Amino acid sequence: MIVVPCPNCGPRNASDLRNCGELIARPDPNTASLSEWRTYLYLRENPAGWLTETWYCRNGCRRYFTIERNTVTNEIREDGS
Amino acid sequence: MTSHYRLPEREGEIIDRSARLDFTWNGRNYSGFSGDTIASALAASGVEVFSRGMKYHRRRGILSADHWDPNLIVQVGDEPNVRAGHRRLVAGMHVSAQNVWPSLRFDLGSLNQIVGRFLSAGFYYKTFMRPQFLWPLYQKVLSRFAPGGRIHWDTSSHGLYDKRYAHPDVLVAGGGPAGMAAALGAADAGATVMLVEHEHQLGGHLLWGRDGERTRAAELGASVRSHPSIETLVNSTVTGRYDHNWISVLDRSHPVAPERLIRARVGSLVVAPGLLERPYVFAGNDLPGVMLSGAVRRLINLWAVKPGQRAVVLSANSQGDEALDDLRDAGVEIVAALDARIGETIVAAQGRRRVRKVTLGDGRTVSADLVVVATGWTAPTSLLNMAGDRPVYDPVAARYFPVSLPSEVLATGGIVGDGGTEELVAHGTSTGLLAANRALRLRHARRSALTRTHSPDRPAPDEMPDNRSPLPRVPHPECYRSTTHGMVDLSEDVSSKDLIQAAGEGFDSIELMKRYTTVTMGSAQGKLETVNAAAILAESNGVPLADIGTTVWRPPFSPVTLGALAGRIHEPIRRSALQDWHEAHGASPLLAGVWVRPDHYGDAQSEAENVRSNAGLIDVTPLGKLDLRGPDVPKLLELVYVNRWQKLEIGRVRYGAMVAEDGVVSDDGVTGRLGSDHWLMTTTSSGAGAIWEILEDWLQTAHPEWDVHVTPVTGGLTSINVAGPKSRTLLERVVTGVDLSPEAFPYFNVRQGTVATVENCIIWRIGFTGELSYELHVPSGFALHVWETLLEVGADLGVAPFGVEAQRILRLEKGHYIVGQDTDGLTKAPSAGLGGLVKLDKPDTLGLPELRAAYDRDDLPVLVGLQPVDGSIVPAEACQIVAEDSNEILGRITSSRMSPTLGRSVCLGQVHPGLATPGTVVTVLLVDGTRIPVTVMEHHAHVDPEGARQRV
Repeated sequence: MIVVPCPNCGPRNASDLRNCGELIARPDPNTASLSEWRTYLYLRENPAGWLTETWYCRNGCRRYFTIERNTVTNEIREDGS
Repeated sequence: MTSHYRLPEREGEIIDRSARLDFTWNGRNYSGFSGDTIASALAASGVEVFSRGMKYHRRRGILSADHWDPNLIVQVGDEPNVRAGHRRLVAGMHVSAQNVWPSLRFDLGSLNQIVGRFLSAGFYYKTFMRPQFLWPLYQKVLSRFAPGGRIHWDTSSHGLYDKRYAHPDVLVAGGGPAGMAAALGAADAGATVMLVEHEHQLGGHLLWGRDGERTRAAELGASVRSHPSIETLVNSTVTGRYDHNWISVLDRSHPVAPERLIRARVGSLVVAPGLLERPYVFAGNDLPGVMLSGAVRRLINLWAVKPGQRAVVLSANSQGDEALDDLRDAGVEIVAALDARIGETIVAAQGRRRVRKVTLGDGRTVSADLVVVATGWTAPTSLLNMAGDRPVYDPVAARYFPVSLPSEVLATGGIVGDGGTEELVAHGTSTGLLAANRALRLRHARRSALTRTHSPDRPAPDEMPDNRSPLPRVPHPECYRSTTHGMVDLSEDVSSKDLIQAAGEGFDSIELMKRYTTVTMGSAQGKLETVNAAAILAESNGVPLADIGTTVWRPPFSPVTLGALAGRIHEPIRRSALQDWHEAHGASPLLAGVWVRPDHYGDAQSEAENVRSNAGLIDVTPLGKLDLRGPDVPKLLELVYVNRWQKLEIGRVRYGAMVAEDGVVSDDGVTGRLGSDHWLMTTTSSGAGAIWEILEDWLQTAHPEWDVHVTPVTGGLTSINVAGPKSRTLLERVVTGVDLSPEAFPYFNVRQGTVATVENCIIWRIGFTGELSYELHVPSGFALHVWETLLEVGADLGVAPFGVEAQRILRLEKGHYIVGQDTDGLTKAPSAGLGGLVKLDKPDTLGLPELRAAYDRDDLPVLVGLQPVDGSIVPAEACQIVAEDSNEILGRITSSRMSPTLGRSVCLGQVHPGLATPGTVVTVLLVDGTRIPVTVMEHHAHVDPEGARQRV
């Protein structure tokens, strides 16, 4: 189990948090075509390498934050957001 | 009392001759001493055969006399697969052999030796394929081959397994000289240390060594034990290393729990498992009496057991030479002392019950009952594999060495080189210092990472370079196979002939060969077999062993029981403030998500009838409740609900339905406006946690500019629904400060007032049951008082509690759907009958494009009210709605109950849109195959579709 650095709570077991997946921009729901919307819903880059993803500090401070994680090595860089 | 196999008292023996332990072996009485393993006690009593081979059922005796010994797997009482080479003897144990029938002495399975050619490499894939109709018979035959003990289903004597979390700076796997030195080095440098030793005491190979080695082991052990920063676990195994140094440790030394799984987050992992001795492959190498040198040294020096009378010894290293001395010292006659370093070897061992004759490399045949081999070492690099390393073979030292390790994993001891005790200790100490340095730097970095400024407990130490002087590698002859063929894997009965045959059939990579022949897949998981298998493949392929590679060792390092994995279950159950009252009044418990709730108090049908005729109380505390504050709450509600919220007035409540971004119905509930910037939102009971997270997500990530604060108050407010025609009369007796008249407090309104003298209660008038109904949200500390007062003052009105089942009946009579029951993971808003509620012209709402697309479609299922033509039949929920003359599925029953109000069955169901017209008769396929006609109703509601009863 990896350690995820929460900006408030510090490094925590991943089981204390929830992985919310790859960071993806939400299209404007009033102008997006159905196919653009479904790209937002279902398609992910899923890279072997650096990935920007969102985590939720579920059992701690309840903050959503993003980090960069290398999906090959699980090395983590804090995004600062 | 001593048998002639037990030697006179010896320096360093670990048995206590004053503590005799009686036990049984295959039903006969035996005894041993405290400190004996099951195997040593049996060996001391002259037992030579412990098990039968898996396929050929050949007799098997002691090989390595430790945890990995594939021949020493036994049943103890109701516990199967106990490792008799490791498990300490306990008085009263009932030990028996496994995988034998009818007995260990006379095993019918040994007939397999005659048909052995059918059981060679890949026989699983070849022999039992055709004809296919015989497969059930084959299966019966094959299942008899499965080794292992008997599971007792009714067993209950194993007690509570447990789990634990630990956070040492440094974890040392292995308590030999290097491991103990590493623990001391790290602890002296300021790290907290956990030292884990697989055997029952610290010391490693020094324990069965010479006087000076045993003394050194005792000194190191005493230092470790007395060091305040070192926690020592013996009879425990590091079973896995995972990302970011997450380490699993199986602790078998707990005084109460039979096994405890420790999960440790570790700064540095020091891997110091020492070396495992590998067997030598020659004809008859699986006969009882053929032992590894480590086994005889352990038997003689730890347990004072004489392993045989006349020995042939084949030695390729110093441990073999020392075993020779030990054997002489124990009075064993040495028939031949062969030195593999000058090319001497053993060709074959023969015998039935045990070795009788041994053919040597020079052609002589000698009479002996013991063959001792010391032909090389396997580095148990499992934990290093798990850290990403792929060890490489060194032909000079004839074993594998680690290549590259991440900085948080370090190795020391025999796994990285050879040396005398002091060399191992020196390397261990410097490794411990380095491990502590890295761990303390990591600890400092992690503590400094907190934005809330906890100052780290001490400054970070300067980074220490790795300038350990490496342990030398002592040259060792490459001894794998003699000129004959023998067993490579004794747990799976795979011979060198099988491996060569497999390579010839094209399975000539080690990974393929492993899967095809099952070599290394038995109880020792390759600890004894991997290197020999690779060597034989190299020989067959005509390439150097270094080019073969090894199979990857994955967790666990040694088997972990399911009991240890399950551990103690930590799943708290939530109870409302009224649950004790419910239980005291006969409520039948219902586990609903994380809550325990009253299902009914004896008779759900009459509870429901009482709500329709008088009034009832139900505890609906699990209903998710979120207190929303701030000027931008309407914006949030507009976003997450499909309907409009901007114009909701203070004192009003409104129903909201939620869809996810894919347009699928995800939750619903009512939300009331208590003040200009103060709202109370309710969610489904099951959605309480998730909806809070969703609100936080939108507020934090998409709209941080919105001024909204969300506080979950689900448990803080106890929710009591008062339902029934007499509910207003009841509340008028206890509510003050609120005008309850229908004009002043109409349907779908909210007021705050005092209930039974409890201030600040929230009362809203809604109607899930379809009756005149008020929902009270009471501060939980006063909930019992309010509940009991309501029952007391309403006694003359017939007020009675009702449970979840009565509520389900009532809401189904009223046709209210439940998200997740009447909808599923594909139900988009129009299918749930949300119709005009959904506003598609909002600037933003969840799933808007999907909602628009869904409303353009005419092929989505429709939720409808349904009534079986025969009202006495209640179709089970999830029964399919099918075509009249075929089993084509056209829908399903989502809810069904017998309605006490109508005296007939009522249902909700999802149907194909072509069947949704009121009056359509559809066919429902019951569980027993009967087909019944069911009528599609005009409304979801079966009772009072106009809503007159709830609006009075």
